[in-house]
Amino acid sequence: MEKTSKPTVRKSTETKIVQLVEKSNSNSSNSIRTSDVDRWGRSESTREITRKIFDPIYSKYFRAEWDGLEKIPAKGGALLVSNHAGAIPPDAPVIMHGIEKELNRPVYGLADFWFRTLPVGGTLWNRAGGVTAHPSNAYGILHEDQQLALVFPEGVKGPSKLYKDRYQLRRFGRGGFVEIAMRSGVPIIPLAVVGAEEAMPILTRISSLSKLLNVPYFPITLNQVLLTPFLGPILGTLAYLPAKFKIRVLEPVYFDVPPDQPRYSKTRILDESENIRTRIQDAIFDMLAHRKNPWFG
Amino acid sequence: MSRRILITGIDTFWGSMTARSLENDPSIDTIIGLGTSDPKVELERTECLRADHNYSIVSRIIKATKVDTVMHTFMATETSSFPSKMLNENNVIGTMNLLAAVGGSRSVKKLIVKSSSLVYGSSSQDPTFFTEQTRRPSPAKLKIEKSIIEAESYVKDFAQDNPHISVSLLRFCNVIGDNITTTITKNLRKRVLPYLFGFDPSIQFVYEDDVVAALVFAANNSLEGIFNVAGDERIPWSEVASIAGARLIPLFAYATNIVSAPLISTGFVKVTPELYDLMKFGRGVTNSKLKEVGFTYSYTTPSALAKFCELNQLRKNLGSAKPEYKYHKDVETFFKHSPAVVKETVKTD
Repeated sequence: MEKTSKPTVRKSTETKIVQLVEKSNSNSSNSIRTSDVDRWGRSESTREITRKIFDPIYSKYFRAEWDGLEKIPAKGGALLVSNHAGAIPPDAPVIMHGIEKELNRPVYGLADFWFRTLPVGGTLWNRAGGVTAHPSNAYGILHEDQQLALVFPEGVKGPSKLYKDRYQLRRFGRGGFVEIAMRSGVPIIPLAVVGAEEAMPILTRISSLSKLLNVPYFPITLNQVLLTPFLGPILGTLAYLPAKFKIRVLEPVYFDVPPDQPRYSKTRILDESENIRTRIQDAIFDMLAHRKNPWFG
Repeated sequence: MSRRILITGIDTFWGSMTARSLENDPSIDTIIGLGTSDPKVELERTECLRADHNYSIVSRIIKATKVDTVMHTFMATETSSFPSKMLNENNVIGTMNLLAAVGGSRSVKKLIVKSSSLVYGSSSQDPTFFTEQTRRPSPAKLKIEKSIIEAESYVKDFAQDNPHISVSLLRFCNVIGDNITTTITKNLRKRVLPYLFGFDPSIQFVYEDDVVAALVFAANNSLEGIFNVAGDERIPWSEVASIAGARLIPLFAYATNIVSAPLISTGFVKVTPELYDLMKFGRGVTNSKLKEVGFTYSYTTPSALAKFCELNQLRKNLGSAKPEYKYHKDVETFFKHSPAVVKETVKTD
């Protein structure tokens, strides 16, 4: 079999020009790049600015406190799985910020594709480490790049639940996160977060408005009721209440299945998914049992 | 063994550049070029023929010439240089006629089809990188996307019905280069780049030399199935402008063609329908399948763009426009067939 014959172009005026500037090494793309946006859209310099802005909120306002951070590996891919709450969920930035600050390694937050449809905000979300939760994206981050990815298997159902249902974990989707961890050959690290529910409690939802505005849900929050008179409607909607954040890292779950299989046992996936959900739920109940109040922990 | 190749779409950049590259291969005996107009570059030994808009003549040519390889490069993958009325005629009917002709011949062993990553679409639900198997999450809305998807479905059926013919389907991402003209290169040459305010998606380029090399590679090797052709990496839209030194021209992201009509209709920026979604959500494809079978890319996405800019700058400073090639039938015929022309014997070592 004949090997590739590279297109050798004939000498004409045109190709002489081409040859004039033909560089010996045309593949050094690092020197060409003018930004540090990686293939998932994350930019370390944008993250750095975000971290600077967010750090006072993280350490002074939410007073985030970790338990078991050493269980998150310093190297290699791992899928972080957490409960999800608060009308505009503060748990994602808190977890991502905490790990990047303490362990000095990037975290990609997998989220609904809805974010990408937002002008400006969607771009910032992407640069700050937000990636569409597509199985092939998760595989690329976990397996090919061996990085950390954060996922909330409850999806929209978590943050959209009312305050009266606080800390009651919703269904963990269809267990897709377990399958992706199996296929990528990485462990799942369950996280239990307490505090996000009180940071922005939902009193009620208006479903007609969410359809009209094309948002997943339209909440009326305690923050709006309490803060709008002082901060106005926009800041009153965006500002969090100063809840104390506690994050507990649970024992990592390793799967004894070979990676890169086209299919995994659905029974096994659902069992593992339910098992992880129960463990997070139990940890949350345990943390709440030892919490004196939402503001001082 | 001598090989005989038919290239349909010799009037396109793709067809003519590939023919020119194949001419250097002494193992290829005969190259026949078929196009709806004259070839874009000077060709030495390719025999060029004119076809009508839907290539109904192709079956007679294949029967008469007994070619063993057919290259289908006339699929329109850009609406800027193509009247949208002709899309269906060219892409769908043209492909159908070509497949019928290839299926009816006993000589053809290999069919290479040029397609586009437009078949994956561009939407918020997309994965960051499409593999050859990924199903497109959003339904096709654009005429051009629909026509390519339909043409591809004919090709897939054909491959199933004719297992004795090796069918390669190559899906190219956005091509950039010194010779090719696309909406993006038109803008970049004028040092402008339209963008949708608030959106900065990442896109991917493949350099024109890699395009030709991939088509030649497919002709010389047996590649059965679908292959993405794209440079490594994706770069943000804003970075495309900054590397190229182009000014970003903001367009309103909703009802763009109405709100931004003054900018577009005056030709200040060039925008085609297939660019709107790309400017919003970008597109990325994996290129590993083609690499695994032995193809090496010369350019990554950023280096392809840098190369384009470099050559563009050089032309500007030299003050000479690109030498336009004009096809003179009588002159070409004279060079090819006149006994007065002393032909150099092709070396076969």
